[in-house]
Amino acid sequence: MATQVTEAAAEEAHVREQTLVHDEIAFANDAKMTARDVDVFYGEKKAVDSVSIDVDSHYVTAFIGPSGCGKSTFLRCFNRMNDTIDIARVQGRIELDGEDIYDPRMDVVQLRARVGMVFQKPNPFPKSIYENIAYGPRIHGLASNKADMDGIVEASLTRAGLWNEVKDRLDDSGTALSGGQQQRLCIARAIAVDPEVILMDEPCSALDPIATAKIEELIEELKGRFAIVIVTHNMQQAARISQRTAFFHLGNLVEYGDTETIFTNPRADRTRDYITGRFG
Amino acid sequence: MTSADVARTGTVDWRSAQMQARIRKRYAKERRFRFLGLGALVFAAGFLLFLLTTIVSDGIGGFQRAEVPLDIEYSATTLGLDPAQMSGDGADYAINRADFRSLVNAAAEAQLGTSEMISEGAWLDVRDRLRGDPSLLGSRERVWVVAAPEVDLLAKGQISFDVPAQRRAVSQEMINQYVVLNDRGDVQLSLNTGFLTKADSTSSELAGIWGALLGSLLTMAITLALSFPIGVMTAVYLEEYAPRNRFTDMIEVSINNLAAVPSIIFGLLGLSVFLNTFGMPRSAPVVGGVTLALMTLPVIVIASRVSLQSVPPSIRDAALGIGASRLQVILHHILPVALPGILTGTIIGLSRALGETAPLLLIGMRAFVSDVPGGVTDPATALPVQIFLWSDEVGRGFVEKTSAAIMVLLAVLLSMNGVAIYLRNKFERRW
Amino acid sequence: MNSTTAHTVKSFDDDLRLLRSMIGEMGGLARSQVNEAITALLSHDVELAKRVVEADKRIDELEMEAESFAISIIARRSPLAQDLREVIAALKIGAVIERIGDYGKNIAKRVEALSSSGYRGASAGVEQIGSMASTLVDDAMRSFAERDPFLARAVSDGDEAIDDYYESLFQTLLGEIAEDPENTAPATHLIFIIKNLERIGDHATNIAEMVHYSATGEHLEDRPKGGDATGLSLPL
Repeated sequence: MATQVTEAAAEEAHVREQTLVHDEIAFANDAKMTARDVDVFYGEKKAVDSVSIDVDSHYVTAFIGPSGCGKSTFLRCFNRMNDTIDIARVQGRIELDGEDIYDPRMDVVQLRARVGMVFQKPNPFPKSIYENIAYGPRIHGLASNKADMDGIVEASLTRAGLWNEVKDRLDDSGTALSGGQQQRLCIARAIAVDPEVILMDEPCSALDPIATAKIEELIEELKGRFAIVIVTHNMQQAARISQRTAFFHLGNLVEYGDTETIFTNPRADRTRDYITGRFG
Repeated sequence: MTSADVARTGTVDWRSAQMQARIRKRYAKERRFRFLGLGALVFAAGFLLFLLTTIVSDGIGGFQRAEVPLDIEYSATTLGLDPAQMSGDGADYAINRADFRSLVNAAAEAQLGTSEMISEGAWLDVRDRLRGDPSLLGSRERVWVVAAPEVDLLAKGQISFDVPAQRRAVSQEMINQYVVLNDRGDVQLSLNTGFLTKADSTSSELAGIWGALLGSLLTMAITLALSFPIGVMTAVYLEEYAPRNRFTDMIEVSINNLAAVPSIIFGLLGLSVFLNTFGMPRSAPVVGGVTLALMTLPVIVIASRVSLQSVPPSIRDAALGIGASRLQVILHHILPVALPGILTGTIIGLSRALGETAPLLLIGMRAFVSDVPGGVTDPATALPVQIFLWSDEVGRGFVEKTSAAIMVLLAVLLSMNGVAIYLRNKFERRW
Repeated sequence: MNSTTAHTVKSFDDDLRLLRSMIGEMGGLARSQVNEAITALLSHDVELAKRVVEADKRIDELEMEAESFAISIIARRSPLAQDLREVIAALKIGAVIERIGDYGKNIAKRVEALSSSGYRGASAGVEQIGSMASTLVDDAMRSFAERDPFLARAVSDGDEAIDDYYESLFQTLLGEIAEDPENTAPATHLIFIIKNLERIGDHATNIAEMVHYSATGEHLEDRPKGGDATGLSLPL
């Protein structure tokens, strides 16, 4: 038992000093969001340990890593969803366009409109399809009249590739759609408030391959218009849709680089072992 | 599969007599268990049925009353009424002062031989007739007046002639007179409208439930108006805003304990705080309502919290994720989903409060109140208290009144539950 | 550089091992083809040459087997990182070995014509370049078997020696033709043979490069392949 503890401690000390950031990212300077030395604590437990990362506005950035590596927790720092958990405590600095989002003057409601989120389980409101999309623009006052709102709803659903499937039943319940449609509805709901960044927390983990492919196609289309950060357990998915990949392990950011390099020639041993299925 | 398992394959003879016996035994056990459950159900249903039939068969008579005919002459002189007074503002006062009792009793003695055959309050109906139509003054008409309680019992066949005279509640003379009247066809049973429109009375044939029913409804209105908003707000605060710490844990434990406190304690609280300290009116629905609201609050808080907790967190996340404020999350998303559960809890709490007797006794709602309450500060009784009071009365006529009152109470409870089911289905419309 | 930890899915390791052993077997076969073709050539053993031609079919079969197995691994296991590099390398090395086998067959096919011509010149040189090519193939296959990027680099360097030797031998054979036009036909055969051996050296280098990339993820810096004899002036 004692040796295990010291081994773990030694390993932790070993990795903390090095996050392997590939040169092409380290010297890029088009960051939409930057995190510096971010720690997240759940009570006494440190879930995220001194993570620094830049999220580029033109790319899809994928966070990969085994369960409990802190990637989802870290993702939820970007729109301060961790605020809703009593015992969660965030240290360090996260900036959106150079603005500290944990500054007391930052309005968290506006932040979450600017940094949208799509969750693991499709979670449409138990309301009509129309109401699901219109809710965000309404509470933020983005539509001045009904025609405006109709326009936003149609545009959002069209962008999410759902318009043709639901245009004749906008009054039906959002929860009556299939799982894949529900998730696209949630993406449409997120883009209806015109965010700058979209965070996706394992958006396809509850979907079948066809529905997954449709979501991936949608992400492809949204890329460039929004900065997209996606947490996924599916490495093939990360390889398919992202341009940047960050590998997390035990709360550390182990390696961050171009997706192509990460999946063909990862530099860190732990990254390599993880993506080739050698974690023991 | 291990090699040992493989080796065993086929060695068991599932068709052997021993195995067949096991199967039969197992089936028999299953059957017995099922019959036990069915038996329990039948037993419970039987009890309920017995209770209901007893109440209904006893109580149905409470909605009827015996009447005997009297020829009444509305003589202005006997009544001491001046026809000139019969219109205008003084009319009511004049009629209230008139001596209808003597008029009716005289008529009864003349026509039936004794005034004991009619109710002590028979003259009230006669007075109300004249009040309704002042032109009757000076004329003569045949009026069916309320019979005496003994006649009532006889007419409903509740007194057996076979019982020895000294153990009967009715004298032999009375019976003889009743038989004469009955043979003439001068005894009739008709709907007791007074039971549903009047308040309590010392005479069973005149006692009504409306006063108690209205008292109960007023009390419930106060209870609902206080406990629902306070209970729901408390639950929302505890679930959505309160930090998790020792203090909120303590509050939670206290609320759970309060829900288990015997209701009579709440009555004592009402007595000492509302009546003695604040000096609120005794026997009034407002005090009853506040006291029962205190009793109902923990039930509503607990039910509402459970209902709020059962709202899927994904809905909360979704709303927060697109930038809804905490208030918007609660008002737009959480409460609508939790409402059916909250309403169910509220109705359960109110149903319990409606049937509550002990705390109301302590705050004075057991007083004899012969007037229908006109507001929440007027003295009133409540249905369960009225039932309790009547069950304690010596008059034999009150037996059926008690059962009839129970039927009214059950009807109110059932309709409240009906409303609850309706509301739940309405709000539970699943999208 | 190579991780020794096993995959969580054990049969993935078995698959990779089997693929490596198929490629290894092909490599061994190809090398002995080259050796036997040279032996047949030097000893004018036409029978042996025929056997060499026959045996090439086995290499072709093995190549097809290895190719479909590699494709099935990609389809079933979705290998990534060094696993992906290794499977792709095996796929490409298989094709290269098949080419080496073809060269061996080509050499063997010329044995009959040469032995009937009675020309016996330059045999020592041919034996020398033959053994150099064979050694290079051997080293390349060893670097593959051991995933040894250093040995792979050595193979790449060793190819230069073959290229130089090929150029001098080419010069010699041209001289023989100039000396006696009778020698034209057999010397041309020999030129083709040494050209084949030089190409085998190049292919061994290719194998080494793939091994290096598979093992390290880095490409060996490209070395211009010699042996095209373009720098030589033909005595016209």
